Amino acid sequence: MADNFFTEVKFPVGATELKVLKAGTGKPLLVFHGELGFPGPAKWMTALAEKRTLHIPLHPGYGKTPQANWIMDMRDLGNFYARFIREQKLAPVDVIGFSLGGWLAAEMATANSAQFGKMVLVGAAGLRPPSGEIMDMFTLTARNYLNANVADIHNAGDFSAMFGGEQTPTQYEEWEEARAETARIAWQPYMFTQSMANLLENVVGLPTLLVWGKQDKVVPLSVAELYKKQIAGAKLVTIDKCGHMPEVEQSAEFVKEVSAFLG
Amino acid sequence: MHIMFFTERAYHAVPEDEVFKRRSFFGVPNKFFDAPTGARLLNEYIDEKILCDELGFDGLMLNEHHGTPFCMGAVMDVEAAVLARATKRAKIVLLGNPIPTVANPLRMAEELAMIDMISGGRLVPGWVRGAGSEQLANNANPAYNREYFDEAHDLILAAWTKPGPFRWEGKHFHYRFVNPWVLPLQKPHPPIWIPGLISPETVKWCADHRYPYVALATLLGPTLEMYNMYAKRAADLGYQAGPENFGYLQPVFCADTEEKAEELGKNFLFGGGFSHFARPEWMFPPGYNSKEATRRLAAQAANPNLPGNINGMVDHDPVDDADLQALKKKLYDTYPQWLKESQMITGTPKTIVPKLRHVLEVLRPGIFSFWLDGPSPLKDRRRCVELLGKEVVPALRDIGKELGLEDPFSRKPGSVKISGKAEMVGRPDLLQASA
Repeated sequence: MADNFFTEVKFPVGATELKVLKAGTGKPLLVFHGELGFPGPAKWMTALAEKRTLHIPLHPGYGKTPQANWIMDMRDLGNFYARFIREQKLAPVDVIGFSLGGWLAAEMATANSAQFGKMVLVGAAGLRPPSGEIMDMFTLTARNYLNANVADIHNAGDFSAMFGGEQTPTQYEEWEEARAETARIAWQPYMFTQSMANLLENVVGLPTLLVWGKQDKVVPLSVAELYKKQIAGAKLVTIDKCGHMPEVEQSAEFVKEVSAFLG
Repeated sequence: MHIMFFTERAYHAVPEDEVFKRRSFFGVPNKFFDAPTGARLLNEYIDEKILCDELGFDGLMLNEHHGTPFCMGAVMDVEAAVLARATKRAKIVLLGNPIPTVANPLRMAEELAMIDMISGGRLVPGWVRGAGSEQLANNANPAYNREYFDEAHDLILAAWTKPGPFRWEGKHFHYRFVNPWVLPLQKPHPPIWIPGLISPETVKWCADHRYPYVALATLLGPTLEMYNMYAKRAADLGYQAGPENFGYLQPVFCADTEEKAEELGKNFLFGGGFSHFARPEWMFPPGYNSKEATRRLAAQAANPNLPGNINGMVDHDPVDDADLQALKKKLYDTYPQWLKESQMITGTPKTIVPKLRHVLEVLRPGIFSFWLDGPSPLKDRRRCVELLGKEVVPALRDIGKELGLEDPFSRKPGSVKISGKAEMVGRPDLLQASA
């Protein structure tokens, strides 16, 4: 992937200058990164960028976009992005969210599902698991948490190319920034909104795809099943030999499923 | 000079290998806690403090940790309340209450006011951010640790000094009716001291509030740097910082013979000691460190604040028993290094006093606390306390007088006005000479 794959664009959202990475061609696809921040370029991005213009905002406080200290929970962050979508006249925009980014998309959908065209939630947090628990990243080092994101660390697709090798000081700093902002938003209750299951009943007319690794150790499959039950018409795709990062661990199958859904 | 006694109230009956296995006291499962043993130890520690009061120590220092055999004082104010009634003379010095982890700071203001009342105005409260692990143990969001600290501090002071009832609508704390009935006996409020482990932010904050900064057994060189950082800040605010603005905590092990003292000293390294307090993921929960501190840490895996830098040396969990024993040996082998860097002082009263004089000459603290810890037999502990109280404390008082080490009670911190540049604190030249 060429270094100039992304163009970095800045948009003011209130007093915050939001940095957005853009790449590709075609209809916009809004991409919400997860709790460890933007992971850097990846194969799945190149593949989706063939037909869609990726808009990847770098969440406030995750290193690149400055922290907005009024953002203290997922509702705040969701409303920040609702303003971004309205001011940039993106609605209705297709959205894909990963883990914490999936929670963000779901939260926004509960407030105003009309701002999205289609929604893809990948290993999304946001709901209290009916069974099992969401793995607590805050009692682990960033590195150990990241490693737990894949089913088989020794055979995890693009994982070693993206995250392999010794942890660098820059990585440490970036992960610590991401962990700190995630704590501000998601410390307690950890990674879910108490009322989410009820609020999801108000999400109507929004085509939704749920993508989950069958061996997801971070957000249990029970969460996927509850999303499916609560969002009218949602479709669930599970991928085998795959943990919490299908886009990295099984990128070909992931791209196939997501492309087919987005059209 | 204000001379205190401190111990962590450790639960040393925990199997040492369980600590080494995890490279951490925090996180050892509480199935290893035996209640009758815990009850006995807690009472022994209280009796020890009462003995210190009788022997003439000026202060009885307590601290607080959660979820760890390293320190059983999870609710320090309970112990302070017992001492408030059971002792007669010494100050009860709390270094400190981890206010960011306290969900209800108004309740803390009330607890402390009651302790001050019952003790007849002998309370010295102090605040800490709490070790990283305390945030996990109390489910206190570490990313807001500094904000909680500032707001809880302001709220407690307001509860003590602002006529009630009033309303408090802060960022993190909200009260519709602040009107504590029992207020501290000391007016306008008890003196506040702040302990620290080489945090520049804390040092500056102390100088801004004219609160004495008590360095917790940190290396002499970096401790002096902190003192002088404080003095520079104080000069900007128009006052000269002196011994009354500074304190120092020092592990000291005293016995009738050098051999016995060495035995006590080595026990201080039980379980890896101070340096095995908690693992990195628990020491540094998300957002607990400032960006500057994170940048410093990014460059070094070790915790720079702890003596011996042991965490950097032991970089993996033991894989088997042989590895565990090797790890243990490596840690105990650091003993001479602790002595060499004056991080621990051992000996008979006769040999201890000159070593302590060196520390006092270099740092010039107005507050000094002995720190006794380790799984030593009760009779050895008691003998140590007795020797310190009867022979070492009087000698230190004389040295304090000779060196002009005013304490916060003999000279109010922040009361010496200056205009212009600060006089530096301590004697780095003596430190270099000894090296």
